Amino acid sequence: MNTELTIAGKTFQSRLLTGTGKFSSSTVMEEAILASESELVTVALKRVNLDNDQDSILQGLQHHHISLLPNTSGVRDAEEAIFAAQMAREALGTNWIKVEIHPDPKYLLPDPIETLKACEALVKLGFIVMPYIHADPVLCKRLEDVGAQCVMPLGAPIGTNKGLKTLDFLEIIIQQSKVPVIVDAGIGSPSHACWAMEIGADAVLVNTAIAVSKNPVEMAKAFKIAVEAGRMGYQAKLAKTTNTPQASSPLTKFLYE
Amino acid sequence: MSNFKSVLEQYHWDNQYSGIQQKTALDVEAALEAKQADLEDFKALISPKAKAYLEPMAQKSRLLTRNRFGNTMQMYAPLYLSNECQNICTYCGFSLTNKIPRRTLTDQEILKEATFLKNKGYQHILLVTGEANQTVGVNYLNNAIGLLQPHFANISMEVQPLDQEDYERLIPQGLYATLVYQETYHRETYKTHHPKGKKSNFDYRLETPDRLAKAGIHKIGIGALLGLEDWRTDSFFTALHLSYLQKTYWKTRYSISFPRLRPFSGGLHPKVEMTDADLLQLICAYRIVFEDVELSISTREQAQFRDQLAHLGITSMSAESKTNPGGYVVDPQSLEQFDISDERSTESIAQMLKNNGIEPVWKDWEQLL
Repeated sequence: MNTELTIAGKTFQSRLLTGTGKFSSSTVMEEAILASESELVTVALKRVNLDNDQDSILQGLQHHHISLLPNTSGVRDAEEAIFAAQMAREALGTNWIKVEIHPDPKYLLPDPIETLKACEALVKLGFIVMPYIHADPVLCKRLEDVGAQCVMPLGAPIGTNKGLKTLDFLEIIIQQSKVPVIVDAGIGSPSHACWAMEIGADAVLVNTAIAVSKNPVEMAKAFKIAVEAGRMGYQAKLAKTTNTPQASSPLTKFLYE
Repeated sequence: MSNFKSVLEQYHWDNQYSGIQQKTALDVEAALEAKQADLEDFKALISPKAKAYLEPMAQKSRLLTRNRFGNTMQMYAPLYLSNECQNICTYCGFSLTNKIPRRTLTDQEILKEATFLKNKGYQHILLVTGEANQTVGVNYLNNAIGLLQPHFANISMEVQPLDQEDYERLIPQGLYATLVYQETYHRETYKTHHPKGKKSNFDYRLETPDRLAKAGIHKIGIGALLGLEDWRTDSFFTALHLSYLQKTYWKTRYSISFPRLRPFSGGLHPKVEMTDADLLQLICAYRIVFEDVELSISTREQAQFRDQLAHLGITSMSAESKTNPGGYVVDPQSLEQFDISDERSTESIAQMLKNNGIEPVWKDWEQLL
């Protein structure tokens, strides 16, 4: 069964994206990311020393199977996001960019208007754009229209570990989308990740739940397995849930005998 | 409402004081259980009754901090540029009437001090001055920020309050944050401690965060000088200020600092002494009510206490600080603004954090943004 994830023509064996924030050390971060078998790892541009090739975060990600996904965390509008993306491309040598524009520092909720503007401009500048957004089905279609290579709707406010609070909207997004849907933010436990995959998400991104757990390496493994299980369940077509009993021997069959 | 002054005028100090004193154990328990804790919960958590709940408060504060900020600690260092000052502040070593040699760093001296801090690993620095608008006014600050901007990822300042247009000039130059403490929200007490100089204008200082936010700054730090007045009531007003700012200027980040007056020979004796347990209670109360706010602790506090606070709500810490202009390299012998209690080196504090499973973060901003 083909379980590869394809974004912008590039294929990934793993459907678990991870992040680099909140770890207790760069060693723990590296071990956890390796255990997750994640191949696409996001890193905040503001956290790395762009002029220092010994940067401890970047050092930990130097593995042949890992692609960097710089993010624009910290910017407040489209203009700053575009600037940050260009800086990331120059410094890190990748045209992949996770657009995160959350001007509200309290809940870190993404600004849909600035995100759409930034994505449109960045696609024209040749970037592979992965926008972090609210679970808004119309915004997803608008982003698709301007050339976003995937959409990254949130399951719950970032860092809250509350799971798929936006479930109904995620289902609409998944049903309508022509680009991969990656559930980003709010996934707090392996069962949440599994659930997101079961409803047909193409991938999930998990950071806080791994980084702040008591044992990040074990937790990373747990998420890896959960994502694989969820995907497998989705592909095997889940049996429908129902409130009415489905008898294995129909009661009215005698009428037709 | 256009500024915090009009909010503050709706509150009476004595009512808030007694309101806090009257909070019951049930109020504290409700605050600990609240889904969205509010300012009444904050009052309960800083009340005398909450002292019996310090352990569950600390547990909750630790959990919330780790989840929100991860296992990390933002590191910064102060860089004192000048001790010239036209203000009389009863508690400050730089006060106008203190007969101390005055010094304002030259460009070359600023860069020397900066090189020292940079070599220590600092990427976030806090520029500090007294208030001498003739020599250390906005032109001086503009020049200093311009000099340092290429060398540091993040520049903050703690200087005299300025006009909005001054901030609008400094922000594009590389100014990320400004710290301005009201010292006390008690108008009359404020007057007693600031009898002379521009700082005696309570309202101009009070409205500084409004001007900063309108100028579009990324981060504003506020706080009270704990001990000038009843720390509980002053902290309630600080929290009220924070809450007003968060709702009014929702794109700005905020931080809270906890400068505490300590009884020491020759200095001002605090009106209301704040114990270590009190300070811990206050830090936990902030974290429980304001999950996202940065909480900062300086080297005024003692090493052992700081080591514990690193687990319990604090997210930003200075180390190896010198509070005199030129204190790192240029003129280490000059008089400091206040006594440093934690004199450990940057390296040993970083090691202490690592030993406790906390990653010191040196860089969390990109100047070019």
